[in-house]
Amino acid sequence: MNPTRILFRRELASYFATPVAYVFIVIFLLLSGAFTFYMGSFYERGQADLQPFFGFHPWLYLFLIPAVAMRLWAEERKSGSIELLLTLPVTMGQAVLGKFLAAWAFVGIALALTFPIWISVNYLGEPDNGVILASYLGSLLMAGAFLAVGSCLSALTRNQVIAFILTVVACFLLLLSGFPLVLDFFRGFGLPQGVIDAISGLSFLTHFNAISKGVLDLRDLFYFALMIGFWLYATTIVIDLKKAD
Amino acid sequence: MQELLSCAAHSARLEILRAARKLAALFPVPPARVATIIETRDLSKRYGDLVAVDGISFSVQPGQVLGFLGPNGAGKSTTMKMLAGFLTPSAGSASICGHDVIDSALAAKRLVGYLPEGAPSYGEMSVRAFLEFVADIRGLGGAARRRQLDDAIGRLSLQGVVQQSIDTLSKGFRRRVGLAQAILHDPKVLILDEPTDGLDPNQKHEVRALIQAMAKDKTIIVSTHILEEVHAVCNRAIIIARGKVLADDTPSALEARSRFHQAVSLTADNAAAVRDVLVRIGDVAAVEIDAQDQRLTAFPRKGKAIFASVVEALRANAIQVREIALEQGRLDEVFRQITTPATEAA
Repeated sequence: MNPTRILFRRELASYFATPVAYVFIVIFLLLSGAFTFYMGSFYERGQADLQPFFGFHPWLYLFLIPAVAMRLWAEERKSGSIELLLTLPVTMGQAVLGKFLAAWAFVGIALALTFPIWISVNYLGEPDNGVILASYLGSLLMAGAFLAVGSCLSALTRNQVIAFILTVVACFLLLLSGFPLVLDFFRGFGLPQGVIDAISGLSFLTHFNAISKGVLDLRDLFYFALMIGFWLYATTIVIDLKKAD
Repeated sequence: MQELLSCAAHSARLEILRAARKLAALFPVPPARVATIIETRDLSKRYGDLVAVDGISFSVQPGQVLGFLGPNGAGKSTTMKMLAGFLTPSAGSASICGHDVIDSALAAKRLVGYLPEGAPSYGEMSVRAFLEFVADIRGLGGAARRRQLDDAIGRLSLQGVVQQSIDTLSKGFRRRVGLAQAILHDPKVLILDEPTDGLDPNQKHEVRALIQAMAKDKTIIVSTHILEEVHAVCNRAIIIARGKVLADDTPSALEARSRFHQAVSLTADNAAAVRDVLVRIGDVAAVEIDAQDQRLTAFPRKGKAIFASVVEALRANAIQVREIALEQGRLDEVFRQITTPATEAA
């Protein structure tokens, strides 16, 4: 069997071997429900769509995904099991990918368990299920990008709290990089407009919003794929640099 | 006539010699060579300004059990981590059965079973799940997988705990799980970083017995700072301090470097009087009396054996000894002697 698959299976099983998985899933479902019905005015808007549900995903992920990602490498380094893992006959790429995919699949399971809301909206009205499907896909891709950032930053330290905070901050900047809050900061350095535009194009939010409108633009998909690829590659470099200490 | 015959015989002999030489040139005999299992050349590791391992070169032949000795922070673990493929050397090279640990890392890792310091593992997994995971990664399948798992679990007496999660195990059991993981794929090379650290005397004994049992068909490197362990399991010892190899010899040859080697120690009633007798023996270099237990030790001159003459002198002077022993040499003393100047110089 492929080493990536073996690592994937072990990692995924380890989420469910501890209460982490259940706590995460319950909190995720409770919060996403609460946001949708209370803050998103799911009933009051009188529209059969899941816009209020998906609209809160980026903010939910901002705190919940770093909590999943922080243990990816920080825990391995803290317990020393990284030494065991990397002296087994696996390549660095297989190890990084296997662990990332397991975390992604875990978040995917949590996301899939929100299906009652999809049933509700179909019961209440006639929503455009194509848009809902696209939104789920967009949400999953965004979760993957958050996780990839978290994977890299968790390799930087053996302290999970530090990994969590770094990931939250990095993801916050990436979420809002299309907004004045971040752009004004970079404008302050007197950077040329081209660079500012490039930074604003990095925003998770704009790409996610585009997909969740039901428009599957290849550029948005490519953006997330590239983002995940870049941060995972960065993870392998960081591990190589930091595994000694 | 006689002369002529001997001359003919001589030239015939020359002829044969010449032919033999020609034959030898046609079929060059390869030099006798034992395949080297582990080889390091000028292996070095730097962390910033700190030099952890400083140009270590050695090679290990099949069947050797090599003990790595050295004070804490000497570079033992770092060297082992580089051999196991975890750390990248800053300079120099290392290879396992001809596979470079960097250029053909996977091939080298497949041949090695490695027990990292402290025997880390995945605590939330059960012993069986963890060993099965390692077996899968090591590419074991079918009957071989079952056989190797049973063998490793049996050898380390883990039958009673296979369903328990590793976090709930005692330190000794966790160490055994780490060892089971290392021997699971029946590797040619075993690298064990402090395999008996933190174990109780019975567990230490078991682990040593296990290493001895495996030494028959494996090449093993063990790091330790317990010196009697070197005697118990190793047939070669390398002493490392400050990242350099300071001694590389068999344990008994290292002991022979001790000034206690071939010394005679005894206890008797009137220690001072006995000393006066012993110092008069020709080959005795010095006699010391231990201030605490009044034990006398007679040190021989270099390369001399004094046991017989000491016994004779005692008998001649009618001295009653309570107990007498021929010393083998003290490894801990040699260890201190070899490693201390280096530590003080820095």
